[in-house]
Amino acid sequence: MEETPTDDLREEVLAAFAAELGDGLLESYIRPGNDLWIRVTRDAWPELASVAQRKLGFTFFDFLSAIDWLPSPFARDMDSQEDLAVHGRDEKAPTPMTQGYAGGDTRLQVFARLLSMSRQMGITCKVDVPDDDPSVPTWSSTFAGANWHERETCEMYGIDFPGHPNLIKLYLPGAFEGHPLRKDFPLLARRVKPWPGIVDVEPMPGNDDAEADA
Amino acid sequence: MTVTDSQKLAYVAAQAADARVNLEFETDDGMTLNMGPQHPATHGTLRIIAKLDGEQVVSCEPLPGYMHRGYEKLCEVRTYPQVTALVNRIDWLGSFANEVPFILAAEELMGIEAPPRAQHIRTILFELSRVANISLFLGDLGIQLGGLTIGFYAFRDREHVLNQIEAVTGGRFHPNFDRIGGLKDDLPKGWIAETHTAMQKLRDFCNQAEDLLIGNEIFQARTRGVGIIPPEVALSYGLSGPNLRGSGVEWDLRKHACPKGLAYDKVDWKVWTHPDGDSFSRCWIRLQETREATKIVDQLLDTIPAGPVMAKVPRIIKVPEGEAYVETENPLGAMGYYVVSKGDLVPFRVKIRSASFNNVSIVPWVTRGVLVPDVISILASLYFILGDIDR
Amino acid sequence: MNTVLALDLAYWQETSIKVLVVAILVPTTALILGIVFLFKVMSWMQSRLGPQEAGPRGLLQLLADGVKFLQKEDLVPDRADRIVFKMAPMIVLISTVLLYVIIPAGPDLIVEDLPTGIFFALAVSSLSVIGILMAGWASANKYSLMGGLRAAGQLIAYELPMVLAVVGVVIQAGTLSMQGIVLAQANGEIFGFSGFGNPFILTQFVGFFIFLAAVQAELTQAPFDMPVAESEIVGGYQVEYSGFRFLFFFLGEFATAFAFAAITSVLFLGGWYVPFVDPTSDLQNYLGPIVLFGKIMFVSFLIFWFRFTYPRFREDQLQTFAWKFLIPLSLVNILATAVLKVVF
Repeated sequence: MEETPTDDLREEVLAAFAAELGDGLLESYIRPGNDLWIRVTRDAWPELASVAQRKLGFTFFDFLSAIDWLPSPFARDMDSQEDLAVHGRDEKAPTPMTQGYAGGDTRLQVFARLLSMSRQMGITCKVDVPDDDPSVPTWSSTFAGANWHERETCEMYGIDFPGHPNLIKLYLPGAFEGHPLRKDFPLLARRVKPWPGIVDVEPMPGNDDAEADA
Repeated sequence: MTVTDSQKLAYVAAQAADARVNLEFETDDGMTLNMGPQHPATHGTLRIIAKLDGEQVVSCEPLPGYMHRGYEKLCEVRTYPQVTALVNRIDWLGSFANEVPFILAAEELMGIEAPPRAQHIRTILFELSRVANISLFLGDLGIQLGGLTIGFYAFRDREHVLNQIEAVTGGRFHPNFDRIGGLKDDLPKGWIAETHTAMQKLRDFCNQAEDLLIGNEIFQARTRGVGIIPPEVALSYGLSGPNLRGSGVEWDLRKHACPKGLAYDKVDWKVWTHPDGDSFSRCWIRLQETREATKIVDQLLDTIPAGPVMAKVPRIIKVPEGEAYVETENPLGAMGYYVVSKGDLVPFRVKIRSASFNNVSIVPWVTRGVLVPDVISILASLYFILGDIDR
Repeated sequence: MNTVLALDLAYWQETSIKVLVVAILVPTTALILGIVFLFKVMSWMQSRLGPQEAGPRGLLQLLADGVKFLQKEDLVPDRADRIVFKMAPMIVLISTVLLYVIIPAGPDLIVEDLPTGIFFALAVSSLSVIGILMAGWASANKYSLMGGLRAAGQLIAYELPMVLAVVGVVIQAGTLSMQGIVLAQANGEIFGFSGFGNPFILTQFVGFFIFLAAVQAELTQAPFDMPVAESEIVGGYQVEYSGFRFLFFFLGEFATAFAFAAITSVLFLGGWYVPFVDPTSDLQNYLGPIVLFGKIMFVSFLIFWFRFTYPRFREDQLQTFAWKFLIPLSLVNILATAVLKVVF
């Protein structure tokens, strides 16, 4: 008999968040026995942090980053002459842009994860970042660890975090232009030096079928 | 989209080291000391800018990024088995441990479970990588604080563990052994007995480290009461591993939130915590955890189930659409991979949560007002690997 | 009249021989100590082989290093104070060489038996502090400056326990002259038994411990090596020196270690005295240096053993150890020695 397993712990936590955030909570998704995703409005984002930390026991800050849902125009970047000769060009129709669990409407989404030691579970929180005003209120006043994570997200995706004390580059040198982790920013290593392809690879001894580039 | 010339230029500039070493600003706050990217005290190319007032630190800021290799971007153009080879190199001292959370996340999305024998051996190799990593930490601790001898003993005794890892996987430092659905190969003959011997030698080394270093009065004078981190601060910064347990928080992912795919529930072991929260407690916990890891390996070696080491997995791996996050208790702390898949050969987005990133972000907070030698002992006790901070 | 060579030499001839001997001795002793302890004993303790290539079993490694240093380019940093920068290693070396003036190797084998021998030694060893400060300041480098300041504080702090420990020996011997101290130990008695003499380590064991600790600090060896903390400020005041200037610092450090080990042997272990041999005989002039060398090797082993084992103190803990522990202890030692000397 097929029974969708239920996850009482996560349902309870979701209900608690819904009670605290009200309209701020837009969508949610539970993978039973595994994890809980919620998506909130941008205005509710700082409130989510303080509610989670102070009232619901999610005191451990795991990470904060962003996802760019635009399908990459460069596919796998295997555009060496040899690869094209062997496999042909990647002629696929451009795939539509879809978001993941807990939905979303925008290209960029900021997501963060918190853990609750008492319940021994975590929660993944997502928030939409509008294209015309890519900024999300900062979490660094609630969770001090968000400081560096927001700096990295800002330089990699170009998302602003108003209220952050020191939003300067973390990894990249000062003169760097562009936001590397966005999908329309090519992998520069493959541009500066083209991928040599699999020209020189011989099959392993005893392995007669030369495998594809896996 | 074409790459503009300025972008190419910027890329090349990023390749050359940022050679602004030894900036000297004589400000009213005192002297600015640049512990530049090359420095014996830091585990790699971490640059620290310290503003000093005499010997006291006014502010101390780490500047990571000298080893940023762009792992998250690279993962978006690699197939899942290729990512495994890539990811070994994040925390290069305990490299098997980097592969495990990624493989578990992919297995979660594919709905595959590795056979019990593979899970067991995976856990054994995971713990071996922990022993290898932390025994080097004990040696390095001595070197940073001036007692060079223990460093050499650590390298010597760590060879036993590396030999065992090499016997199974073929690689001392970068095993690249975990596969989606199991492991690449089975154990060689005689490995179990040899590993028992190696674990005994490591226990002897731990005892020696305790005599020579942790029990030494000078070491205790250098580390007790230095760099105290209260538990609430530790939690809000996201410290993990021995750094968090050193502040008294009992949280070990192996016991409290173990992902399925590892065999920790079959072993009888203990989580070590220490209430003080200073540098000494962090170092002490790592010593105890190494011993505990050797005991876990011994127990696991005696109970390996028979069976295949690889589940039925298609030749070309396409992971169905979905998102998964798996976090494990790596030697450095809690490491996790958030894998977003769109049903392709290649992950859509991989977010790598590395332990040292959060561990080092607390340095500006914890080094306010300490003396310069204390900065060294705090950095030593927080224990980071540059590949882990910079990815 | 020089009894060793049984020649009647003019004063200037005698002096030039002595100068030559010291000039050869200073680098040779540094070499011997360096090879034996820094390479071979350290490697053995750290369970590794050490240098094996240069010479038979790597014994000529230091000689090879010395030649390497000599043929390097003479670099002076751009913003350094040139004259002070160049003079600093000289001053350190001068203070070392002057220490060899009062070391007795036999009843007649001493450059000059000053009546205030040990006082002269202590005074002259403090000169190196000036050299180190000059090196730290003139290098125009923040790390050097920090190293130099740490060194100045440490060396000055540890001069006092050294002097006070020696005072106990002087009270017991009744003289400041080095030969006098050796003879006092040679002619002394242990509870009436005069066979072995009376090495002062038996009665002055507290002084021995304090003196060794102070010597360790004077040589900036671990656990007192904050000024040269290799893994923190990478060489401290020496960091801008290369080539033969660095060689001078290196020689200075090891030759001073040899000299201090010699002084320790003289003060506490009986110097060149061999039991059952008449202290004034000519035989002593041949046995003395060998015996003294053996005692020096023993004391050096202690010094380097501590260096390889202990982590380093923080600067303020170092100062606390000197001011709040060693000095009061040495004052108590002097008090006890003086009382016992009068009573017995």
